[in-house]
Amino acid sequence: MTTAALVLLAIGGFGFLLRAILGPSLADRLVAVDGLVVTIFLAVVVRSIRTGNDLDIDVALIVAFVGFLSTTAGARFVERRGG
Amino acid sequence: MTETIVDVLVIIGAVFVMIAGLGALRLHDVYARMHAITKASTIAVVLIGAAGTISLDDGRWKVALAALLLFITAPSAAHLIGRAAYGAEGIDLRIDGADDLAVALGEEGHERADTDSDDDGG
Repeated sequence: MTTAALVLLAIGGFGFLLRAILGPSLADRLVAVDGLVVTIFLAVVVRSIRTGNDLDIDVALIVAFVGFLSTTAGARFVERRGG
Repeated sequence: MTETIVDVLVIIGAVFVMIAGLGALRLHDVYARMHAITKASTIAVVLIGAAGTISLDDGRWKVALAALLLFITAPSAAHLIGRAAYGAEGIDLRIDGADDLAVALGEEGHERADTDSDDDGG
């Protein structure tokens, strides 16, 4: 079942990635990258559920932190520079 | 029993992420995409974080901490992007009806608020 979950996460992440590439404005790209960070976090958690190995959870924790910081910095950048 | 609960939580969370990805592709402006992405991925974080907390042995509190962190920070990050996109120039926004933020800020209104009054059927 975790294989099906990983496939669904890959479909969602592909949508985010396409929107981050296509997105007409910087805010679109920023929101899409935010969703991509969440998807990466979820994929790491699902993978460690699948293998029963919890070494990757540290990676998920750091990704969660860095994702919020980068989104905040990007929001300041959008506010100052424009779309 | 526990494995069934974990499987169901993981599958429902992944379905929410897939819906968020499709919404990011299909919807038409920044706020609509933000609506799809942020809400669905927050629910997915809660569900898959609960599944990891149930399923894992040693790292369960790390999963719970990271999921709680994302549960708090993802909506506030989206709020920041929303404010920035409202104030920035050159972003194609579509605000139907009243522009409440302009009233709250005491401004005149968003410049794109009344430009597409001809086709607001959706």
